Amino acid sequence: MSAEEAKSAMIVLRELQDKIAQDAWDAKNRGEKAGWCASNFPQEITTAMGIPVVYPENMGAAVGAKGGGQRMCEHAEGLGYSSDLCSYARINLAYSDLKECQELEIPFPDFLLCCNNICNCMIKWYENIALELDIPLILIDIPHLEGESCDEDRVRYIRAQFDDCIRQLEEITGKKMDYDRLREVMEISQRSSQAWLRAVGTMENTPSPFSGFDIFNNMAVACVGRGTVEAAEAFEQLADEYEALAAEGKSSFKGEEKYRILFEGIACWANLRTTYKGLQSRGINLTATIYGPAFSFLYQNLDELMAAYAMVPNCNCFERELELRVHDGLKNKVDGAIFHMNRSCKKWSGNLYEMERQFREITGVPTMVFDGDQSDPRCFSEAQYITRVEALTEIMESGKEATRR
Amino acid sequence: MADLLTLGMDVGSTTSKCLILRNGEEVLASALVPAGTGTSGPSRALEEALASAGLAREDVAVLTATGYGRSTFPGADYVVSELSCHALGAHALCEEARTVIDIGGQDAKALRIGPDGKLESFLMNDKCAAGTGRFLEVMARVLEKDVSDLAEMDEQAEGIVPISSTCTVFAESEVISQLAKGVDLCSLVKGIHASVAVRTAALARRLGVVPPIAMTGGVARNAGVVHALESELGTSIRVSPLAQMAGALGAAIYGYRKGSESA
Repeated sequence: MSAEEAKSAMIVLRELQDKIAQDAWDAKNRGEKAGWCASNFPQEITTAMGIPVVYPENMGAAVGAKGGGQRMCEHAEGLGYSSDLCSYARINLAYSDLKECQELEIPFPDFLLCCNNICNCMIKWYENIALELDIPLILIDIPHLEGESCDEDRVRYIRAQFDDCIRQLEEITGKKMDYDRLREVMEISQRSSQAWLRAVGTMENTPSPFSGFDIFNNMAVACVGRGTVEAAEAFEQLADEYEALAAEGKSSFKGEEKYRILFEGIACWANLRTTYKGLQSRGINLTATIYGPAFSFLYQNLDELMAAYAMVPNCNCFERELELRVHDGLKNKVDGAIFHMNRSCKKWSGNLYEMERQFREITGVPTMVFDGDQSDPRCFSEAQYITRVEALTEIMESGKEATRR
Repeated sequence: MADLLTLGMDVGSTTSKCLILRNGEEVLASALVPAGTGTSGPSRALEEALASAGLAREDVAVLTATGYGRSTFPGADYVVSELSCHALGAHALCEEARTVIDIGGQDAKALRIGPDGKLESFLMNDKCAAGTGRFLEVMARVLEKDVSDLAEMDEQAEGIVPISSTCTVFAESEVISQLAKGVDLCSLVKGIHASVAVRTAALARRLGVVPPIAMTGGVARNAGVVHALESELGTSIRVSPLAQMAGALGAAIYGYRKGSESA
């Protein structure tokens, strides 16, 4: 077996992530027009047109994880932005002003692609960037959905914007959409999404074949690269590896998987090690998270693609959001659930208390809530987090003891 | 069978509590030192309790540490979260209790406990310090009073001056503004207590209040807060004279259960 073949999917995905970032720099350096793009924007458009885009949300997460979140947030606050705003937004706004960031830099944009199916506040963030950098903003507005299906009117409304976005991008970049290529990218994206779902689906096994925190690391490629053959192959490899481990009853989780939990919310990137170790050291593995369905879009044609982007978890009603969590939690046999009160995210924190209460009542599973933030470390207290994790562990252990008796 | 002596050490953020139990039931001694984790408080509380019981450290079979500084207390046989310990302690003090409200120095908790005193579910305050013991200490300082004076002042109040800010610093400013207006101090204290009660009651309601309710932690000694909470929740709250020692008591009971299992 060659060294290339021996690479684990985790390494392949990490290298692919680096390659995608480098490709964007190379394209920009060649003089091509590049954009900044929202994470749930239909990537099929830019991938099919060969337009380089980078993702400020991913930059916000990476800068947070590398320890630059507080400095960048404070810079944005010095510019007049409120500390109550999203830390991804503050990091990106600070970067737009400073034009440099020691932890990670992304090529500056010639245009912006925003899609509010993940967050409505994002529109204001992108409007500010458009104003500051004097560049066009293309918005695909996706109406909030109530339930499991997307009606025809919504599909037509989104499709019209999808078509208009292509027209505008053709004007801005000078590149033409090749619709055969678009169909090909859609097919590849289906492969990636199916493989991603297959990979995260293996968490159903006991033990789960991997540490659930790995999802936080792998989702960057799931978000930005799923329209590429390399990503599809990497996710298929990942799913194969997880399935093989599960078949043997093995896991890459370090230590015995004593307890299984659902983790609700975005990771605390700035406190990832603390939040992870606090769980792993007690034998707690993350086996359920909404990130599975959040970055997989299943469709057979263009109209279904529109519907798929309208049905992402963050664009749906509370009842549907709750149903997804309850379903995932029960299917993946969680012993407890952790709810991250993410101070950045109005969408996620706004209904979190009610989500926790109903989840607890419906499933009968013990829960805990902790305060934190996706990239601003000032909102997190390690002592408060650990106390709650210990209490949750004690309740889960007590439940297991009762079952053993 | 020889007596089983267990010791519970509750190393809080502002106080240290120590309690020694004989056979999981009889309180031999207890001590409370108004200095918490990172100070001499924990060791002083330990020494005081042992001296009061006429015991040496070696006489104690099991030492269980709990509270904010539980992990740094030396020589503990078991380290248990204060949530589980307050549940056990509250159960020992009020067997019927199914909901426990614990307001300590730096956090507030609502606990649901089972008929055996085991913790079933819990919620804690968010990142804000309002509604905690520290909040009351800050307010007492502004009023140039001791925190132990607040309950009596509340009782003497003829009215209530509402405090609406949820941030401790903002609330402090609000209290100072009211002082500048010359409002009745006792009515102001009642308003401060009501603001704590509103926040804590919301926490309890989110958990789901199952009566009877018991209250533990240092703030349980403040009858003004207890009455404000009763009024807010529309039900009576049971408070034991040992309420502030509930965490240490629960830790000693935990140690007894573990010690009995291994005996």
